Amino acid sequence: MKKELIRLVDCTMAFDGEIVLNAINLTIHNKEFLTLLGPSGCGKTTTLRIIGGFETPTSGSVLFDGVRINEVPPHKRRVNTVFQKYALFPHLNVFENVAFGLRIPQSVPVTEGGKTRQKKVRLQEAEIGQRVQDALELVGLKGYHRRRVHQLSGGQQQRVAIARAIVNRPQVLLLDEPLGALDLKLRKEMQHELKEIQQQVGITFVYVTHDQEEALTMSDTVVVMNQGNIQQIGTPVDIYNEPVNAFVADFIGESNIIQGVMHRDNDVSFAGKRFLCVDSGFDPDQPVDVVIRPEDVRLTAPKDGQLRGTVNSVTFKGVFYEIYVDVGELEWMVHSTAAPKVGDEVGLCLTPEDIHVMDRPDLFPEGAEALTIEDIDPEPDFEDKYVDEEPPEAEL
Amino acid sequence: MRRSRVPGRVLQALVAVFLYAPILVLIFFSFNSDKSRVSFKGFTLDWYKRLFENEQVLSALSLTLILALLSALIATVIGTVSAVGIYNMKKRPRKILLALNNVPVVNPDIITGVSLMLVFVLFVTFLRSLGVGAGLGFTTLLIAHVTFNIPYVILSVLPKLRQLNKNTYEAALDLGANPLRAYMRVILPEIMPGVVSGAIIAFTMSIDDFLISYFTTGTSVQTLPMRIYSMTRKRVSPEINALSTLMFVTVLALLIIINILQARDQKKKERRL
Ligand SMILES: Nc1ncnc2c1ncn2[C@@H]1O[C@H](COP(=O)(O)OP(=O)(O)O)[C@@H](O)[C@H]1O
Ligand SMILES: [Mg+2]
Repeated sequence: MKKELIRLVDCTMAFDGEIVLNAINLTIHNKEFLTLLGPSGCGKTTTLRIIGGFETPTSGSVLFDGVRINEVPPHKRRVNTVFQKYALFPHLNVFENVAFGLRIPQSVPVTEGGKTRQKKVRLQEAEIGQRVQDALELVGLKGYHRRRVHQLSGGQQQRVAIARAIVNRPQVLLLDEPLGALDLKLRKEMQHELKEIQQQVGITFVYVTHDQEEALTMSDTVVVMNQGNIQQIGTPVDIYNEPVNAFVADFIGESNIIQGVMHRDNDVSFAGKRFLCVDSGFDPDQPVDVVIRPEDVRLTAPKDGQLRGTVNSVTFKGVFYEIYVDVGELEWMVHSTAAPKVGDEVGLCLTPEDIHVMDRPDLFPEGAEALTIEDIDPEPDFEDKYVDEEPPEAEL
Repeated sequence: MRRSRVPGRVLQALVAVFLYAPILVLIFFSFNSDKSRVSFKGFTLDWYKRLFENEQVLSALSLTLILALLSALIATVIGTVSAVGIYNMKKRPRKILLALNNVPVVNPDIITGVSLMLVFVLFVTFLRSLGVGAGLGFTTLLIAHVTFNIPYVILSVLPKLRQLNKNTYEAALDLGANPLRAYMRVILPEIMPGVVSGAIIAFTMSIDDFLISYFTTGTSVQTLPMRIYSMTRKRVSPEINALSTLMFVTVLALLIIINILQARDQKKKERRL
């Protein structure tokens, strides 16, 4: 296993008594591409800001290389961020934007006559020039040195933001929905490039997105979050094939989620029928969620199907047809290369491996709902400056 | 049916006449070779020459300029730092401070002047009781000007802060800059147009001020407006016309500079969008 780099231990974050991160535990390994995935407002940015040092968790610890860094300010962390809206410096050109971090004098210990003291050193202009050049080349912006940032397209600004961060050779790069503002085609290209950049420079990426496809294609590890809780941590394949609950299943790719009852091991009933399945370890007759991927449903002649239904709609999606089938109380989504006609009677077939049985989602496990702000150490320099984004007051 | 534009035009012309006629008359007579303020005898630059030979006027002028420069400079520094502080406050205290900040702006000068004088007199008396020689003079004048200039600087810097992308400051910290460096290298350049127009407004306010200066200075120190006032009390010399013309032109020039700065800033913003 790779070396552990960052660890969040029981990190809780509350804003004005409202809990937005609920005692999350997360380990980030060296050189890993880890993605925080979840719907808007689930706490991804907040998690990233805690790692970057822009928020201090209300309780819990942030460990970097095993050392607690809760109180270390952002400028002293070996972590760089690519912000959601780039946050380039508008008054500086591309070169100076990228060079910003390199121009900051660094404290290095020097030994003189047996005594060690801290000395401020600046990089030579030649080295700054070289490193900026390399970084711009890496992001494909060679020759853009003298441009003003407002003369660049969104995609180019994004590249400058990435170059500006990696030029400092951080151990960890935090990226907050970096491709969110780009159009689909550019986004696909940049996904590839980002992955390549990560492998070339060999640093840890902590990537935030709400796009499941992006998460699955780019990451080594995906962390699925919902409402301030981590739902599942795993490789893209694990997350896709073995979602731990209906939320994850639904969020990662489209799913049919059906309520059912698990009678005993390998025996589940839903949609009014009993099915053989491969899951086990539930309580007898426990209510469960059954998740079935649209591509796992086979359409057959009505008499051959385990379930029967009427085709409600058929949409061509390029490689397959998206078909909605009315099966009594529920409409099922089916992906198939063959297209029935609307109104056709069809049969639906499932194999035991396609039936994923899951616990009903429990977003606040073990009485966490009772948790209030009083249970948590108040943060002394707690700031609420982001709350009051009221429109600017009218003034002289 | 289209409404006639004539009444509007007439009204505009009337307003312009009322506003600018007195100043134009003043400028006109500053070039009058006769001392009369009724008839124009011929063109001359004598009054301007006389003005620049008048020791008292010159010393008042240099005092006013030094005072305006210094007070604008100090007020700009204090005002900018205060604006940043106010911007970073929580909502409630920020609202209160902003309301307090507006009080001196709308407060009649005479009240500001008298109250400052009272404070200074109290302080001077206290110093004297300690055996320190002190009195009203340049220092009290400077303090007074700085005091009334600060709110204008704050009012001109705050909107610029509001336009900032919140993340730019954090981006600077993220790249390793300590908070001071982040403010100097990232925030200051961004709010510079506001800082500069704040400084210019402060400068003109300081040149313009008569009442507050009148109450807060000592007997030996006279600003230009005070000099002009005392000159008119003896006799109204055309020199005053010349002097007033110069002051008007200076202030006008500064106002034009502010406008150009703001227009340029506006254009830059539009280009960015
Ligand atoms: N500074 C803050 N003050 C108050 N509430 C906040 C603050 N930052 C985030 N929140 C709230 O925390 C929740 C999670 O936000 P965020 O981490 O930005 O979500 P995400 O990035 O996943 O969309 C949201 O409900 C948001 O309104
Ligand atoms: Mg976010």
